[in-house]
Amino acid sequence: MKLFAHELRVEQKLFWRNREAAFFTFALPIVFFLIFGSVYGDSTIKEGARRVRGAAYLEAGMIGYGIASTAFAGLAITLVIRRESGILKRVRGTPLPPAVYLSAVLGSTVIVFAIQTVLIIVLGHVLYDVRWPTVPLSVVLLLLLGAAAFAALGLAITTAVRSAEGSSAVVNAVYLPMAIISGTFFSPTSYPHFLRVVADLLPLTYFTKLARDVILHGKEIWADPGAITWVACWGAIGLAVAIARFRWEPREG
Amino acid sequence: MTAIRVEDLRKSYGAHEALRGVSFEIGEGEVFGLLGPNGAGKTTTVEILEGYRRRDGGTVQVLGADPASAGSRWRAQIGIVLQSSSLYPNLTVAEHLSVFGGYYPKPRPVDEVIDLVGLGEKRDVRVKSLSGGQQRRLDLGLALVGDPELIFLDEPTTGFDPAARRAAWSTIRDLRSLGKTILLTTHYLDEAEQLSDRVAVLREGRIVTIGAPAELIGATSETEIRYRRDGELVVLRTSEPTRVLHELTAQALAEGRDLEGLEVRRQTLEELYLALTAAEQEQ
Repeated sequence: MKLFAHELRVEQKLFWRNREAAFFTFALPIVFFLIFGSVYGDSTIKEGARRVRGAAYLEAGMIGYGIASTAFAGLAITLVIRRESGILKRVRGTPLPPAVYLSAVLGSTVIVFAIQTVLIIVLGHVLYDVRWPTVPLSVVLLLLLGAAAFAALGLAITTAVRSAEGSSAVVNAVYLPMAIISGTFFSPTSYPHFLRVVADLLPLTYFTKLARDVILHGKEIWADPGAITWVACWGAIGLAVAIARFRWEPREG
Repeated sequence: MTAIRVEDLRKSYGAHEALRGVSFEIGEGEVFGLLGPNGAGKTTTVEILEGYRRRDGGTVQVLGADPASAGSRWRAQIGIVLQSSSLYPNLTVAEHLSVFGGYYPKPRPVDEVIDLVGLGEKRDVRVKSLSGGQQRRLDLGLALVGDPELIFLDEPTTGFDPAARRAAWSTIRDLRSLGKTILLTTHYLDEAEQLSDRVAVLREGRIVTIGAPAELIGATSETEIRYRRDGELVVLRTSEPTRVLHELTAQALAEGRDLEGLEVRRQTLEELYLALTAAEQEQ
């Protein structure tokens, strides 16, 4: 536990000190919220049969984009760079147990994502008059479910990246289309049929739906077990791939 | 007491046999140098001893445990300098040492380690602003921060300028005088000769010779005599230099000529090494 606390502090220091990465994973979803919020925050958007305010719709979407950005993309790129630069190998050579190390890395990601979510919710309330969430327990569960599933997918994708230089290219190529297709920026109801078919498979679609239910509509998260199952299954697949193929050593010697 | 015992160690990568039955022992407090050309199996050997790689055959004991299954308590007793530097660009020297010191049960004080590796003036400088040699010294510092009994140094001074190498050597001698056991791999023969109590030369996955540097040179017991005769270089190798030299000089005096450019010297470790590893380079 002492080791976990030590490594969690280390991870936080490392995250905030790397300004480029902190901007990319932490600030960008907030910046997009402000940009798109000013574009269509006041218009109404069709969500299935309902009509909702653009700002509220976007707020939940940006929390979905945030999880893809911090837990998936940011984590994956960080770990690939550490692996290829030999830092993971060095850590493996110390008495710090690998499980404690990875838990602290994930714990740190959850902290970053939680701060980001709180900021998005506060900004949404202050700037766009989106109402406060009414089901706090479900918000917490939502964040934990999302962080666990997307971090597992982030660990899994590190196994598909061969070099530090290629890490942001590969990760961006996966997560940016996923964020757009899953409807984090725009309502997918206007998407062509084939994109909606793809969207129906992606974990971020279900996470974003849960985020809308919980944050916009004040539903408890367990009201939609189907969506939870989808997100959890993707997380489990990610975890299985990570356990089977995660490497601590760079490709070259 | 034995710090490391290796018997008949074997390892293959696909069809390539990297280690073909390597055996040696390293005593507690000994500095042991592992020499050999690239691809001879030095790093494979060291990484098996460090617990990074699995062996295919043979037995290995490091500080009384099998590295393939040893846990955190064992790791706390060893320090590792990997072949390439691996640091966080945005952390300072002192921060690195407190980050990694925090992984060990009884870390050495940060400033003590900084002094030991000579980075006092760079204490609060971020790693991305350090030179390659300074980063390498921090690598060494990170291997020492846990106060280990056994230290693995994989080519610790590659890329150093001569002054930095001397400084690193004196650090390694300090560690030796503290009773630490050190396994050193290096390309530099003078480094092995200067620092090691014993060296082993690896070639194509086998140890071709092992012993104290002075013994190894002594064992060949050949002395080389060179001189010029009518402008032609003459090289003689003999195990009886006194007699051969006496005959040569007597003959030259009798004929009334000079032995131009006369040199008498023992084989150096470098020549021995080149002779031992030459076969591979001819292939």
